[in-house]
Amino acid sequence: MIEEVGTTEQGDLVINVGPQHPSTHGVLHLVITLNGETIKKVEPHLGYIHRSIEKMCESLSYRQFIYVTSRMDYLSSHINNHGCALCVEKGMQIEVPARASVIRVLMDELTRLASHQLWWGAMAMDVGALTPFFHAFREREAINDIMEETCGARLTMNYMVPGGVMADIHPDFQKRVKEFIRFFRTKIDEYDELVTGNIIFKSRMEGVGYLSPESAVSYGCTGPTARGSGVSCDIRKLYPYEVYGQLNFEEVTVSGGDCFARYKVRMQEMRQSISIIEQLIDNIPEGEFLAKTKAVLKLPKGEFYSRVETARGEFGVYIISEGGTTPYRIKFRSPGFSNLSALDLMARGHKIGDLVAIMGTLDLVIPDIDR
Amino acid sequence: MNKEELKVRIEELFPSSVFEEGTEWTTVVIDPAGWEGFARGLRGAEGLELDYLFCVTAIDWKTHFTMVYHLTSTVCRHTVVVKVKLDHDRPVIRTVSDIWRTAEFHEREAFDLFGVVFTDHPDLRRLFMTDEWKGWPLRKDYEDPVNMIKL
Repeated sequence: MIEEVGTTEQGDLVINVGPQHPSTHGVLHLVITLNGETIKKVEPHLGYIHRSIEKMCESLSYRQFIYVTSRMDYLSSHINNHGCALCVEKGMQIEVPARASVIRVLMDELTRLASHQLWWGAMAMDVGALTPFFHAFREREAINDIMEETCGARLTMNYMVPGGVMADIHPDFQKRVKEFIRFFRTKIDEYDELVTGNIIFKSRMEGVGYLSPESAVSYGCTGPTARGSGVSCDIRKLYPYEVYGQLNFEEVTVSGGDCFARYKVRMQEMRQSISIIEQLIDNIPEGEFLAKTKAVLKLPKGEFYSRVETARGEFGVYIISEGGTTPYRIKFRSPGFSNLSALDLMARGHKIGDLVAIMGTLDLVIPDIDR
Repeated sequence: MNKEELKVRIEELFPSSVFEEGTEWTTVVIDPAGWEGFARGLRGAEGLELDYLFCVTAIDWKTHFTMVYHLTSTVCRHTVVVKVKLDHDRPVIRTVSDIWRTAEFHEREAFDLFGVVFTDHPDLRRLFMTDEWKGWPLRKDYEDPVNMIKL
């Protein structure tokens, strides 16, 4: 790809951004065509962290393959595991105990908070504010500690298994989560004071990277990226799973389509996640945390699709089974992959500095895109 | 529309449609030759308006390939799955990236990993593998002595 770099016949400059660049948050490689400072074209080159997870899963059993999925979107590993567990449960027709169902939703929302915190810190850093990063990581650390107590891991949890969750919650879990929520409620207001109203930050974000609702749907964008364009696409609301159908929360949509709209969606989503956690934390039903299942899982012949809402959008798991102990074919529909495809459209006509802001609001996680 | 209504509506538009039974969503199996017209119909026809293509993938059945398209309408909130059977020796199908823009990346992925060729695709190149890569990694007969991961 190096040979493409240089000056074109029209006098445009073709340059590389990444794969090792602080603002690409991983090994994303963009080849961009510039006219002066204006972007004419953005072309993502993927595959630097491609591990062919789908191929690997073809030789793993239905209990094993879930662990690999934590390594895709490592900031939403709980939710990835959740999607896979749901798909296997759908095929096996396993009923998940009420306790496990609530624990799963709690973990999902804590993950969403942690993911959005990291995004907020990194996003602000991308546009030149370094301090928020340290604020965000301080709060995220508290969630990681809670995760570590219950799941034994801080990043790739592998806590959700077909039939429920792997182990019961830690005895201190409820106390720790309540402490965290009380602490974080004050901090999220601080986030707004520190960054959201900042005039410099606003001028970097407003009117930049416009994505129309029609384009958002056509490009398959989901999650906060599409909801920033006013498209309703929250799987938790549209196709409720676990206990989401009984909860009182709102799907956040902001009709701006620019970077600031996507920013606002994620900020409000954090408050919605807090509300969901508050509704559930004192109402965890007693009972089993794991349904009784056979030692070896065999999905019946057929195909099964499950979809969940990760912090980045819709995550789909498509299993084609031939009746054996391993999937015949498995496909992961990752949200970041589709969101990234709209980057070219959003960035065209903007200045090179805005590209970083646009990428920041897409909240890209590269292992999720490359798989 | 529910599953039955969708079936009736699609049959109305394309009388030769073959439906698969016992699936979660309405599933139509069609030939690659009629795919473009069928796709435009699904996207544009009144009452269907399937504007959101959320999953595109290929399956290698050793004797043939199946392209699977998962479509949802953001207006009517119904889902249709389309399966297209392709020849194993010459897997060729018309692109739908001009109808659903998201297909451009997804089809490049299917080309890269399965070797399915999409005619009229604006930019059909390898996506994850390097340009020099030989073979199609997700095919069932793929063997690579160096890079093969066996678990």
